Amino acid sequence: MSLTLEQVQRIAHLARIEISDAEALSTQGHLNGIFQLIEQMQAVDTRGVEPMAHAQDLSQRLRQDAVVEVDRRSAYQAVAPEIEAGLYLVPKVIE
Amino acid sequence: MNQWEVVIGIETHAQLATVSKIFSGASTAFGAAPNTQACAVDLALPGVLPVLNKKAVECAIRFGLAIGAEVAAKSVFARKNYFYPDLPKGYQISQMDLPVVVGGAITLQVGQGEKAYEKVVHLTRAHLEEDAGKSLHEDFHGKSGIDLNRAGTPLLEIVTEPDMRSSDEAVAYAKVLHALVRWIGICDGNMQEGSFRCDANVSVRPKGQAELGTRREIKNLNSFRFLKEAIDYEIQWQINEIEEGRKIQQATVLFDPDNGVTRVMRTKEDAHDYRYFPDPDLLPLIISADWIARVKSELPELPRQMRDRFINDLGLSSYDATALTSSPEMADYFESTVAIAGKANAKPCANWVMVDLAARLNKEGKELADSPVTAAQLAGLLLRIADNTISNNIAKRVFDALWNREGATADEVIDKQGLKQITDSGAIESLVDEVLAANAANVAEFRAGKEKAFNALVGQVMKAAKGKANPQQVNDLLRKKLIG
Repeated sequence: MSLTLEQVQRIAHLARIEISDAEALSTQGHLNGIFQLIEQMQAVDTRGVEPMAHAQDLSQRLRQDAVVEVDRRSAYQAVAPEIEAGLYLVPKVIE
Repeated sequence: MNQWEVVIGIETHAQLATVSKIFSGASTAFGAAPNTQACAVDLALPGVLPVLNKKAVECAIRFGLAIGAEVAAKSVFARKNYFYPDLPKGYQISQMDLPVVVGGAITLQVGQGEKAYEKVVHLTRAHLEEDAGKSLHEDFHGKSGIDLNRAGTPLLEIVTEPDMRSSDEAVAYAKVLHALVRWIGICDGNMQEGSFRCDANVSVRPKGQAELGTRREIKNLNSFRFLKEAIDYEIQWQINEIEEGRKIQQATVLFDPDNGVTRVMRTKEDAHDYRYFPDPDLLPLIISADWIARVKSELPELPRQMRDRFINDLGLSSYDATALTSSPEMADYFESTVAIAGKANAKPCANWVMVDLAARLNKEGKELADSPVTAAQLAGLLLRIADNTISNNIAKRVFDALWNREGATADEVIDKQGLKQITDSGAIESLVDEVLAANAANVAEFRAGKEKAFNALVGQVMKAAKGKANPQQVNDLLRKKLIG
């Protein structure tokens, strides 16, 4: 399996990464290199092996439902580029 | 429209009744100042890690058990990737391949009276996920304002099979689901605050065709009325399109309640590619059989079971029993009333709760929880009707008095206002004699065969008794005197 140049450009768009045509070409080469690795792994016979959702065979720790966080808005907003009335301001987005 | 079959599936986001977020210890309380409840985890600051809220999982287990679904022994959280400013991480933590609840079904009563029928809606799945923040698009000089208080709020997304065949069935389902999540205490059901929101997948196909038509998804319906209006509009729009020779394009649409129309938000071409994959920050969620058994033992009697009990033990009609189990508050009020008034008075209890009390609450815009007349007071009133101390008509006056807090109990009101029914036959007889003597014309009409004249005479006696004479005794005595 290998990726076309269009697929590389689409992935870049989905990840909101701007790439030039030259970068797309070199990225295509890198990604296809990774696919070769995956192909090698897929050649291994995994019949009878249950897929894992995580690399470690452990289960999720749970926390009690309690509010332990305090309001630290002013600290968080001190590093925000733009704020108003307690809101973070961003370039206008309307879908 | 007869040759078309409508197919509807519903996805509901129910906000779970936790005090903290699904993956952080920030508060979920509604109405706080913007961003004061968004902590480092909710903001996706570097280095933070999610830790799952046990109560959110327990809510999902409760729901799964309540609908007879399988609660997955192992489920997995996945990242749903997309970019939007109210989603700081660039992905939403959700569940994809292995959701926490699989299958299950909900039974509904659709319609009323003779046309009422029962309908089973099957559920595909329910999964845990986090909510996004809120974007405000007005008044920020060309910018959008972001409030992340809601980011990370726990949601249970409940997905049905495409089992519904009309907007009435869709609304009936949404109402039963809404009642159920409140009943089992996993969601406050507040639709204005967005705690319970529905998306409807709607398609039409020629009757008899096995293959489903192309669907359009109506997003974010936050009232039962909008759900119905949006689906009805959408059905008609799709039928018109097809009948005029156009094809339906798969799309996501929004309902505009001001104009009663649906508008395309995005089509399939620009549909999101979410690139789901298991979240490496979260290990698989393991739910033990012991935990499920404990939650099961704590589950209250469910609306459906209670409804059947009301029908079988109390002799109520299916309609009454369904209405009385439509909310936990209603069921609780009714049960408290019957507990005092006795099973024999179950039917009058049902009538008074559903008709007189409901009408009065509705008229004054009050919720049952704020009713000035308590269940104990109402039961006291019904006992006095049952033992003939007062008639039904006088009971309405006593009810008004209790509502206006003119007395603490029905007995006190009856006593203070002298409303006790006259059952002394001597006293009633003298009233009857007076009325007969004063209304010779009615008497003559009755003897000439006019039954209406009899009712007029009953009315006169009741008037003379200021409404307090026992109506049955008045009837009997009058008839005896007139016929001999």
